[in-house]
Amino acid sequence: MLDVLNISMPMLFGQLTLGLINGAFYALLSLGLAVIFGLLNVVNFVHGTQYMLGALFAWMLLHYLGIPYWGALLLAPVGVGLVGAVIEVTLLRRLYSVDHLYGMLLTFGLVLIIEGFFRWLYGASGMPYSNPLPGGTNLGFMFAPNYRLWVVVFSVAVCFGVWYLIERTKLGSYLRAAIERPDLVQAFGINVPRMITLTYAFGAALAGLAGVLAAPIYQVNPLMGSNLIIVVFAVVVIGGMGSIMGAIVTGFGLGIIEGLTKMIYSEASNTIIFVIMAIVLLIKPAGLFGSQK
Amino acid sequence: MPDIVDRSVHDGRLALKVVDLNAWYGESHVLHGMSFDIREGEVVTLLGRNGAGKSTTMRSIMGMLPTRKGSIIFNGKEMISMPSHHIAREGIGYVPEERGIFSSLNVQENLELPPVLKKGGLSTQEVYVLFPALLERRNSQGTKLSGGEQQMLAIARILRTGVKFLLLDEPTEGLAPVIVQQIGGIIHTLKERGYTILLVEQNFRFASTVADRHYVVEDGKIVDRIMNADIASSTEKLRGYLGV
Repeated sequence: MLDVLNISMPMLFGQLTLGLINGAFYALLSLGLAVIFGLLNVVNFVHGTQYMLGALFAWMLLHYLGIPYWGALLLAPVGVGLVGAVIEVTLLRRLYSVDHLYGMLLTFGLVLIIEGFFRWLYGASGMPYSNPLPGGTNLGFMFAPNYRLWVVVFSVAVCFGVWYLIERTKLGSYLRAAIERPDLVQAFGINVPRMITLTYAFGAALAGLAGVLAAPIYQVNPLMGSNLIIVVFAVVVIGGMGSIMGAIVTGFGLGIIEGLTKMIYSEASNTIIFVIMAIVLLIKPAGLFGSQK
Repeated sequence: MPDIVDRSVHDGRLALKVVDLNAWYGESHVLHGMSFDIREGEVVTLLGRNGAGKSTTMRSIMGMLPTRKGSIIFNGKEMISMPSHHIAREGIGYVPEERGIFSSLNVQENLELPPVLKKGGLSTQEVYVLFPALLERRNSQGTKLSGGEQQMLAIARILRTGVKFLLLDEPTEGLAPVIVQQIGGIIHTLKERGYTILLVEQNFRFASTVADRHYVVEDGKIVDRIMNADIASSTEKLRGYLGV
């Protein structure tokens, strides 16, 4: 069948790897978005910017302090998480009692301010970040660049780690309960306002982590988040807000579909996710894994 | 109005004293100066019709309403401006109306959700001995339990925390008579073990089987107080208050 489409095996696996990598970014970002929306009731428009900040912090750590990739992999997400915590405590906290729309407007305003600031500082042309894992590995069926293999393996591990944390641990049971009834969880003696701050910081840090992973693949560009976030919103709509596993599976799945589309009919690769979104919304408005409330 | 405290069979310490409590849901003023008290070891009910402000009183005590004024003194400490989680940590256990079982948690997770706040609470094992039905279903989704089992779970999870002061919001609502009897039994057992309980009820027959005294709530304030010993002679009056 592949012959009919005039597709070679290396090309197929190449696109699959690329699809998996994009899927990894979709999954990491939509995970954070879903958890933040669940607990804070805020559509976090600034999520793409937090992804960009992860990449940019990694670049700044290398450029100004000489801290290499492996240090940045830890430090940059922590930095993005701290910025997130400050945003939650000083700004978002005031909006929980009002309509979603205000949270969306506020975070959209933050996008414009933060991106504008770094575009003014660094321009929009993009800055290269060197590959920390050059070379490739022959997997038998394909020759895979080492760094891309690392991104796929590491992000799958992070996604399942997050799933385990939320669905299988005591800490996660607090989070799930607080998504349902924050007032009641607090009335049991749990400091829910602090939990909300930490959850937002954690979601932002996940986006930052995706940004660090992306830095050596794409150039570090103050606008790199804006290009991605619209697709990620579509991924979240397709997967549905309710389920952690749903966000992971949808993220990777759509990354792969996008990659394959690029190979079969490349003109459609930028729109395929939105076509799927439209179809899913018609058939299952709450998303593939969402539950109707 | 006769001074109820002098006639009380309990001369224990004052556990909770609520004075001139006012509360608001947004713009609407729902509590208009509630005043009442409970001594240690007592079981006291708030009786009243739907919408009289009984559940709101409990939510106000727990700090779950954004705007409240007046005074809520628990074990000698003013709590009116404390955040909800600090109020709980002072030693108050809350069993909300409609039970508040979490659907995204299984039975065991529901049971272990409220943190242990004081020494002397039941262990998870002891809870399962008291409520064997919960042990059998510990891996089921919390909301898959029957109404009665959910109510048992809602009470059981508070007994784990070690608090000795309980707010029970309509624990018998919508339950079959045999389950209501069991819950009455649980309340008696807790009272024997020295728990202090504030109970919200619409069913004064049930209330009269467990409580020491009753407050009648109407339009967000206390309009009458009745000793349980006098409840037989006050039946007509109560029917009037409750509209039954």
